[in-house]
Amino acid sequence: MASKVLKKPRSFYDIYERNPSPDKKMPHYCPGCGHGNVHKFIAEALDDFDVADRTVFVSPVGCSVFAYYYFDTGNTQAAHGRAPAVATGTKRALPHSIVISYQGDGDLAAIGTAEILHAANRGESMTVFFINNAIYGMTGGQMAPTTLIDQRTTTTPTGRSAHNEGFPIKVAELISQLEAPVYVERVALFDNKQRARARMAVRKAIKNQVDNLGFSLVEILSPCPSGWKMDPVDSMKWIRDVMMNQFPLGVYKDITKEVEPYIHEPYHPTAEEIKKLIEIIPESDKHFARSDVPERYKDPQIKVAGFGGQGVLLLGAALAQAGMLQDYHVSWLPSYGPEMRGGTANCHVNIREIEVGSPMVSNPTVLIALNRPSLEKFEPDVVPGGLIIYDKSLIDIDVKRTDVEVLAIPATKMADELGNTRTANMITMAAYAAYTGQFDKETLYETLKSAIKRQRLIEINRKAVDAGYEFGLKNRKK
Amino acid sequence: MAKILLKGNDAIIRGAILAGCRIYFGYPITPASEIAEAAAKYIPKVGGTFLQAESEVAAINMVYGAAGAGARVMTASSSPGISLKQEGVSYLAGAELPCVIVDVMRGGPGLGNIAPEQSDYNQIVKGGGHGNYKCPVLAPNSGQEMSDLTQLAFDLAEKYRTPVYILADGYTGQMMEPVEFGEPRTEFPRHDWALYGDAESKKNLISSIYLDPDELEEHNRKLQRKYAEIEKNELRYEAFMLDDAEYVVMGFGIVSRILKTVVENLRKEGVKIGLLRPITLFPFPSEKISELADRVKRFLVVELNNGQMVQDVRLHVSGRTPVDFYGRMGGVVPSMQELLEQAKKMTEQDN
Repeated sequence: MASKVLKKPRSFYDIYERNPSPDKKMPHYCPGCGHGNVHKFIAEALDDFDVADRTVFVSPVGCSVFAYYYFDTGNTQAAHGRAPAVATGTKRALPHSIVISYQGDGDLAAIGTAEILHAANRGESMTVFFINNAIYGMTGGQMAPTTLIDQRTTTTPTGRSAHNEGFPIKVAELISQLEAPVYVERVALFDNKQRARARMAVRKAIKNQVDNLGFSLVEILSPCPSGWKMDPVDSMKWIRDVMMNQFPLGVYKDITKEVEPYIHEPYHPTAEEIKKLIEIIPESDKHFARSDVPERYKDPQIKVAGFGGQGVLLLGAALAQAGMLQDYHVSWLPSYGPEMRGGTANCHVNIREIEVGSPMVSNPTVLIALNRPSLEKFEPDVVPGGLIIYDKSLIDIDVKRTDVEVLAIPATKMADELGNTRTANMITMAAYAAYTGQFDKETLYETLKSAIKRQRLIEINRKAVDAGYEFGLKNRKK
Repeated sequence: MAKILLKGNDAIIRGAILAGCRIYFGYPITPASEIAEAAAKYIPKVGGTFLQAESEVAAINMVYGAAGAGARVMTASSSPGISLKQEGVSYLAGAELPCVIVDVMRGGPGLGNIAPEQSDYNQIVKGGGHGNYKCPVLAPNSGQEMSDLTQLAFDLAEKYRTPVYILADGYTGQMMEPVEFGEPRTEFPRHDWALYGDAESKKNLISSIYLDPDELEEHNRKLQRKYAEIEKNELRYEAFMLDDAEYVVMGFGIVSRILKTVVENLRKEGVKIGLLRPITLFPFPSEKISELADRVKRFLVVELNNGQMVQDVRLHVSGRTPVDFYGRMGGVVPSMQELLEQAKKMTEQDN
């Protein structure tokens, strides 16, 4: 055992090459600082479990920003307060790794409160060491969230006041209230006995991660003689006599014996599997010949409008789908923004022989109106010579324009006769297709395969297409 | 492979998965939530991780952690969420970590609204966070480009070790168009700079701290050399009917789609007009603009903002020819007719 105490842990670099100081053997911390102790406990534990090679150490902002000078592990450096989020990203990308997030009190308990709380709450498989020295050390002794009442700092020159700054935050107590963390303990570095306890806590917190048990946090009351403007010996006494009254030591939570290890099972699908899993293989690769569309109906710019729930967006999407099956350039754009909230829905569809420029249809060549407000609202926008199709069973007014073609279809009544009101949209779509000659029936049948998600509804929608198509053909303009 | 009809926001995620993205961190925000929803649906299916973070700030820092581990990782948000992420993007740029960030822009400032604006041009194209950095910015204008440029973004991010932005708008996100997908990438080389949680990579350090001013200056010079390299190699733009053009309209994203129809219509009337659409906003088509400035009568730049890209156009035109600006804000998207009138007005200025 003696050799173990005297020898520097293997998980430290032999020579601290990254330290810009001329002395590459000494750490940069002040005399009497607690970081050195904690670093050593961590390195010893990494040695004992032989995990330094697969460890990623996340350095915070604060004096330990330079922890990467020392640890012969993977090292990454996080923005102020963000170490638990960075550690989450690292661990999720490298589930086999051991991720250590090392944070001070300003970092963890002030600017990074959200990150630590949520990493703990998710039970991220990581180990957090929280150095509580009741002060901002690196920036020169300002108040920390853990600064004691009446403690003087450069930003509480007359002492911390509960009325102005609130009370010191008790991190171990806070984190232990969450369900997910498996182990939370507070230790202190003021005498050999306490240091030995701290060493055991650090070891256990790392072991928990090696065993895939979940989230562990150890809060360490640590001396900062420079920040406290005390000598190292008084600093130790101050932890024991003052700090510990506010931050009692002990195990706040330990459910390590009750939880099951969670091991991430990697899965690497093949290229073919990926294409299936992300559904980029089309329902069919069928293509259909274009119909002979009369000149005045070519390149339709369609607006479909009605109540939400009438299948307005689906009608438009089916038209775009049909156009795609015939190798037209198509676009579909839903009504967007505040319009969406009003209970009415509309969408814009372009079916074009050449590339679609603007997907927006402000002045439609075809208006399909499924309710009265839509007809009233959009009738004036239709281009002269355009086409208005509307559901006669729901709209009790006539089209006022005389410079447009009109196809009034009792779509809802027809749908009811088929036994499903909701097919009125497909009846109307088919009527448009037949009336203008834009699409043949086979193309529409194929469209249903993509447009209708529920298999059992395809049959009734085929009937709707038949009915609508027949209506459209019968009422074609001579 | 045949095409499928789907929304731009959805095309981004399918494209990202084809490019090998297996980790997504994000936070819900309209109108970008559909990207997170598509990620939540598809990324776990292919063995990846989707995690809804506690904040935009946490999400971008999770991206930092995963990017440092050599993973192809992305996040997406909309304008106010991107403002929050800027701290993390600065760290990513400083530590030279690759990732893809999608911004589906909405109306601002402040809470603004959820309608499409392009008012993030300055914050995205000019850097956005603190420090001497900028990121490549790709501005898709179709469903196909939402997928294709996302895939390109992952490659550029890795090639140059930098965050790459997809700058989109609500329309390109919501619009459904036929999209054709290629083959998924399944082989990824190890990076010599990343942390893989093994003996070979543990020597690596992911950090943006350089205490010594000389060192930090050298680091910054290195970044600037990288940006110069990106400018040299990665410029992309669409030139539509520019060869004999006397007038040029410019716009990116959804605006460019409307402008294309404007150009088609004016060409039918015999007006010699063309469209220059930057596909990359950084790098910017400065040489092309400069070349055009010597031979065209006038530029018209249209944006859904108070005039942000137009500043860059004017910089490169350098007073050689007039540059008009037409902007709409608040989420108002101009109609084709409206822009047609603006373009006509431009052509009548000289007569």
